[in-house]
Amino acid sequence: MVSTPNGFNIDNSGKRIVVDPVTRIEGHMRCEVNVDENGVIRNAVSTGTMWRGLEVILKGRDPRDAWAFTERICGVCTGTHALTSVRSVEDALGIMIPDNANSIRNLMQLALQIHDHIVHFYHLHALDWVNPVNALKADPKATSELQQAVSPSHPMSSPGYFRDVQNRLKKFIESGQLGLFKNGYWDNPAYKLPPEADLMATTHYLEALDLQKEIVKIHTIFGGKNPHPNWLVGGVPCPINIDGVGGVGAINMERLNMVQSIIQQTLEFNRNVYIPDVIAIGGFYKNWLYGGGLSSKACLAYGDIPENPNDFSPEQLHMPRGAIINGDLSTVYDVDPRDPEQVQEFVDHSWYTYGEAGKGLHPWDGITEPNYELGPNAKGTRTNIEELDEAAKYSWIKAPRWKGHAMEVGPLARYIIGYAKGHEDISDQVTGLLKTMDLPLDALFSTLGRTAARALESEYCSRLQQHFFDKLITSIKNGDSSTANVEKWDPSTWPSEAKGVGMTEAPRGALGHWIKIKDGRIENYQCVVPTTWNGSPRDTEGNIGAFEASLLDTPMERPEEPVEILRTLHSFDPCLACSTHVMSPDGAELTTVKVR
Amino acid sequence: MTARVLVLGIGNVLWADEGFGVRCVERLAQTYAFGPDVRLLDGGTQGLYLLPFLEEVDTLLVFDAVDYGLAPGTLKIVEDDEVPAYMGAKKMSLHQTGFQDVIATAQLMGYCPEKLILIGCQPEELEDYGGGLREVVSAQITPAIEIAVEKLRGLGVDVQKGQTRSPDLADPSIQRSAYEMGRPSEEEACRVGDDRFLPQDV
Repeated sequence: MVSTPNGFNIDNSGKRIVVDPVTRIEGHMRCEVNVDENGVIRNAVSTGTMWRGLEVILKGRDPRDAWAFTERICGVCTGTHALTSVRSVEDALGIMIPDNANSIRNLMQLALQIHDHIVHFYHLHALDWVNPVNALKADPKATSELQQAVSPSHPMSSPGYFRDVQNRLKKFIESGQLGLFKNGYWDNPAYKLPPEADLMATTHYLEALDLQKEIVKIHTIFGGKNPHPNWLVGGVPCPINIDGVGGVGAINMERLNMVQSIIQQTLEFNRNVYIPDVIAIGGFYKNWLYGGGLSSKACLAYGDIPENPNDFSPEQLHMPRGAIINGDLSTVYDVDPRDPEQVQEFVDHSWYTYGEAGKGLHPWDGITEPNYELGPNAKGTRTNIEELDEAAKYSWIKAPRWKGHAMEVGPLARYIIGYAKGHEDISDQVTGLLKTMDLPLDALFSTLGRTAARALESEYCSRLQQHFFDKLITSIKNGDSSTANVEKWDPSTWPSEAKGVGMTEAPRGALGHWIKIKDGRIENYQCVVPTTWNGSPRDTEGNIGAFEASLLDTPMERPEEPVEILRTLHSFDPCLACSTHVMSPDGAELTTVKVR
Repeated sequence: MTARVLVLGIGNVLWADEGFGVRCVERLAQTYAFGPDVRLLDGGTQGLYLLPFLEEVDTLLVFDAVDYGLAPGTLKIVEDDEVPAYMGAKKMSLHQTGFQDVIATAQLMGYCPEKLILIGCQPEELEDYGGGLREVVSAQITPAIEIAVEKLRGLGVDVQKGQTRSPDLADPSIQRSAYEMGRPSEEEACRVGDDRFLPQDV
């Protein structure tokens, strides 16, 4: 057994289980664990199985176009990458955006957060807790009673409604196209819900599908199109013409009314469906408080949603910024992404080289030189790894550290930081949830805590949307229709060399883009994405990252059916498309689970 | 009333031949004129975001790079029930699991388009991050478009030579010529990858 400097005990002597790929995530990821004779996880190894390198496509390009490339990295965080990118360029060139642009960007970023949280919970993560096949056994009348008890304000709760959904589900599952619900371990005893709760949650899976189509209309309205909305260095590319009718792309009253209606609908869904579901489902799993990992020790957030344009000071951010280390919630440190001593990436256990061991590089000085080699204890071949050797290099993900600490990022990290800082909205939500569920604060540091924080944040984001919508309307009524500042659009106004950093909170955590511009072109571009933090391999000192830490000490019902591993990894909403290289040409369709 | 039609190009333009679908729709908009009942859409890498577009049409025509294990550049056309079934039987590309799920979801919700047509092209090279279309794949854009036009006309859709203005296409900075011409050289930016995914020996 080995003790890591960041306080975890690992033991790789037991049976090794390999899950590859981890499904229902974006991108490719592999996970290996060792379990002891009681089926409890004692060692965890997570690896991004593909190579990344955004700099290879951005070098030499126009910085004003970088957002359009970063938006294509993957299918999930599109707009967040674009926003981070334009912020990095504006930071480098000292471009100030107008107030309306700040409100509109926040509305778009919040829409993306809410969309991602809802889709993640209902369409990717709920299936770790909810059994749609079991829903076929439910009594619609009892389901209706459950629904009315769980959320009296939700109107769709009649027995007939649940019977219709059940029939639809039955028909779908009987047609043999179980596509959406494939790879499930539906008879595993880890599933604890009664059939009625399964039917209620599966019904909301369908309601969420309808709602998510509405949420993204906010991107179409402000971004001109969706998917892949338009962004602009200096502001937003949508003119405001409040009295206009049918003008292409311009924001008019009709469109603003539509935005208002979507915000309201989403807020109601968050309050009447999403949060009550998490509480109801969580209630059946109250004794499954595993998966906390790093969250009780070290959390990081860059913060986001600035109240005013161009002001990223911590007290001006609606999503909190800060760092907690060594489990001390009484001190929240500020985070400076420019400080070369704070954010650094290490590659001792990653398939890259910096030329010397133990070296960390700040992203402005980041380099991406692949060095693919397996450790002496790896099993298999270079093209077909059977078992990784985590004592050597084992991942395409680099290991980012904040002042040397491995950090968890994401909704739970944001909520722990917000709670520790006494952020009013966040503290109220957290306290209220724990009281409703009759759980102590420690319960927050868990897989379910991560899932609950995401739900609370979705509701908070809806309220913030209303705030920025009202702010935008007030500004327009006061005669301000400015949405972009193009003073420094022309590269002839730029210095010959400049560097900047853009920061956001992506749905799955802190996202930073670091850019260097030389003679009007991109000289270096590095993204440190949330899943790089959470999915990080070990570092020189042997500190383990958030995924690996979260899996330790979890008992598995059936080691050959990794429900518990998926549950905890999914709770991070991992997205590996941008943290690593993208695809395998033969791309194994079904997860293979090997027990050795 | 003529059928409402969605012509969709999917794929990740950053991965060489993976961009085939998006480039087809881009070219189609430059060479043919469609009426208001036809929407040309760059679906890029998106999954569930595409659902609302499926809901509003009766016919869906998809261009995509698909791995059927054929000779590079071979076109493969499948229709209707075969589209999702085939997608399920054989993994095609990163986002296709996503798109297969989009179709399954649309079916579950009861609004999957009645008519489905997939025009696929066998890629030559996918493992070239930041790269453009290879010659043999690029050469299939025009034939693929001709097949699409013929299929659509067969369904009674009005298609004329000309151009279609659509806000739903890629930003100019990543349209094909700007994207391919602006690529940094091999000396400037490393292009080596993981040899588990690159067939040649390193």
